[in-house]
Amino acid sequence: MGIHLMASATLRHTAWILRGNPLTAVAAAGVLILVLIAIFGPSIAPYDPIASSVSEALLPPSRLHLAGTDQLGRDTFSRLLVATRLDLVIAVSAVGISFVIGAVVGAFCGYAGGRLDRSVGRFVDVMMAFPLFVLAMAMVAALGNRVENIVIATAIINLPFYIRFARAEVNVRRNVGWVEAARASGEGHASVVLRFLLPNVLPAMAVQISLNLGWAILNAAGLSFIGLGVRPPTPEWGIMVAEGARFISTGKWWLVAFPGLALMLAVLCFNLLGDGLRDILDPRMRT
Amino acid sequence: MTEPLLRIEDLHVTFSTRQGLVEAVRGVTLSLQPGEMLGLVGESGSGKSVTGFATTRLLDAAGRITQGQIFYRGQDITKIPDRDFRTLHGAAMSMIFQNPRAALNPIRAVGLQIADAILSHKRMSKQDAEKEALRLLHAVQIRDPEKRMSAYPHELSGGMCQRVMIAIAISCNPMLLIADEPTTGLDVTTQKVVMDILANIAAERGMATILITHDLGLAAQYCRRVVVMEKGRLVEEAPPEALFRQPQHVYTKRLVAASPTASSRIEDLVTNEERGAYLAVLAASKPLPEPPAGTPPLLDVKNLAKRYDQGPPALSNFSMTMKAGESVGLVGESGSGKTTTSRMICRLIDASEGEILFNGESIGHLPAREFHRSPHRKDIQIVFQDPNESLNPRFTAFDCIAHPLLRLSGMRAGDALRQRVEDCAMRVGLPVDLLSRFPHQLSGGQKARVGIARAIACRPRLLVLDEPTAALDVSVQAVVLQLLDRLRREDHLALLFVSHDLNVVRMMCDRTIVLRAGHIVEQGASRALFENPADQYTRELVEAVPHIGRGQIREIAGRGQSVTR
Repeated sequence: MGIHLMASATLRHTAWILRGNPLTAVAAAGVLILVLIAIFGPSIAPYDPIASSVSEALLPPSRLHLAGTDQLGRDTFSRLLVATRLDLVIAVSAVGISFVIGAVVGAFCGYAGGRLDRSVGRFVDVMMAFPLFVLAMAMVAALGNRVENIVIATAIINLPFYIRFARAEVNVRRNVGWVEAARASGEGHASVVLRFLLPNVLPAMAVQISLNLGWAILNAAGLSFIGLGVRPPTPEWGIMVAEGARFISTGKWWLVAFPGLALMLAVLCFNLLGDGLRDILDPRMRT
Repeated sequence: MTEPLLRIEDLHVTFSTRQGLVEAVRGVTLSLQPGEMLGLVGESGSGKSVTGFATTRLLDAAGRITQGQIFYRGQDITKIPDRDFRTLHGAAMSMIFQNPRAALNPIRAVGLQIADAILSHKRMSKQDAEKEALRLLHAVQIRDPEKRMSAYPHELSGGMCQRVMIAIAISCNPMLLIADEPTTGLDVTTQKVVMDILANIAAERGMATILITHDLGLAAQYCRRVVVMEKGRLVEEAPPEALFRQPQHVYTKRLVAASPTASSRIEDLVTNEERGAYLAVLAASKPLPEPPAGTPPLLDVKNLAKRYDQGPPALSNFSMTMKAGESVGLVGESGSGKTTTSRMICRLIDASEGEILFNGESIGHLPAREFHRSPHRKDIQIVFQDPNESLNPRFTAFDCIAHPLLRLSGMRAGDALRQRVEDCAMRVGLPVDLLSRFPHQLSGGQKARVGIARAIACRPRLLVLDEPTAALDVSVQAVVLQLLDRLRREDHLALLFVSHDLNVVRMMCDRTIVLRAGHIVEQGASRALFENPADQYTRELVEAVPHIGRGQIREIAGRGQSVTR
């Protein structure tokens, strides 16, 4: 019964936040649609995203081809739908990896201080001194042109932000009464960090994660755009923009505009969701 | 009498919150003569600060004056537009706040901040303003004012920051000063100095002052007239002597009873009508059987010392013993090392030197980071100072109390655990239906009870109390103190009471240890130590405590202000 009560309280609270903040509701709906498309995209796509048909090349948007066709006669709308899964998977797994590693490393640094904190801190400083996109390019080029490597590269260049963020958030809380109380109740240092401090910095980090997802999608698309990472003919928003760019001077605007719009909407949804998420996850916002 | 300087007529202030409209002030009427110091006393939520904020028009955006007038020199200031009101700020009325460090700009030298305040109201050159600022620093008795002009707030102590705030507040010769808890959070000796400065300046300049405070003793010592507020209403207005000798209103009676004085006993903290219940508890408690000869003391601390990397040692050569069921007070000002000591005895931090024996067994050799595995972990528990900060925001009250039971008593989730947690809650007087709430849904007193319930859940034998009531209202403090005393009698729990509140320590503790700058200055039986302090420092501490009821009020030349020396 207790769990049921808790769940309904959480739902009520979420509903309250969304009512007071319609933009968050719109963003949440957008993210939900993106996820649904990622799951069902291949089965709802009207055409095969890879099959080419030269006779239908470069058709403008029409009722048959909602977003027109590309130079090989592939349906742009179908390719957009199918690409959602790949783009989201890259972004979510990259952000997930950097969040898990970054939060744990940062939390321990912030809690322990001292030599560990200083050495990790300098390492992070060094990493942040590089132009991050160039670093990602170098890593994908060195590791090989594969989807896993885009994920790894995106995760690594994200890591410094998570380490710094978790470090700062834990650092201000490490001397707070309830941390000492947890130790007096028999928790060791490690479990204080993992079971007490990390859950408490999670709401603040949720904002970071949400903002970061949008950025990670852009990053993956950017790598594909310059020819690193996902390779044609796999549908991916970045590649689609890159390929379409060749035809923009001849007035074939739909090849760039629709993938660009998809990218923009996805990034926008994740960014808008950020603030609302913090309010929903933080129990202190409840009354 | 002529037209009063300030006259508040039937003031109502309403805040709009998520729960709808909340009336914080419901019909306050009071007046203030020029040069008078008025004490506005009440507990948290009584509306005393809101009244002050409404007068200076510093209410935050959610608050609104819904009814009533505030007349300043006969002019209704609730009606004048914001732009005109700004000229009143500083020149006519100004305000000082509880946390002076937060009210000062951290990246600007304090001398310049005072000069800024002067320049915003007077036309004069920057040099003249700085000269004026220096004069003000002299007036608030800051040592080396020439040097302090260029100091930043973080380089000054809390008391010094409050003096700077006073200097800013009086920089434009206001007729009215509203002091909102000006000395809360300062040590008693600092409190006395700051209040004396404030009272002297007010007297010299004929400035009227409203002293908003939760401390009846402080108001009694410095004000000729005290107004008591409860739940947004004014319940009593009287000269302090009358207020303490013969409180009229039920709430005032409770408040006066709950404020510990130099002579109060723990059972005195409630009104006569409520005393019976507590006396019954006292009568039922059995005296502790004398332990057989040769029993080691419960706690034996020998030559404890703590040094940090920089600065002088935080504590050196500290020794003490405690028996089961005994209560010992550890008294000192901020920086005296009392917090360090309490954390070392709780084995949360390591000592640099010395031995800690618990029940004759050395527990000091186990490093603090391993101590959570020690079988003695559950025997030594601690109650933290600020109840707002001592509960994990993501744990419900139930989780907080259950946590040590799960970790230290080897209990598993289930009916037995629920039963035990509910027992603990009942012992500390926490309604069981509050157990499902998160800390932010509980009041300060309720959070304090959760903290105590958590600490006693594993049936410890030594409880360290780190300023357990410093953040609580006096009426809540009274209940918490009685609760602790009852636990001591019923469970023979030893209490180590770390506090700067001498009246509380005197009442609660058999013995007291006075710490200063990491050294024991004096120790002995509490009553004797406070009545007849041997050391100069102890004497200063005792004298700095505001005395309720026996503060001799002395006229200062002129307008009828009162200052106690």
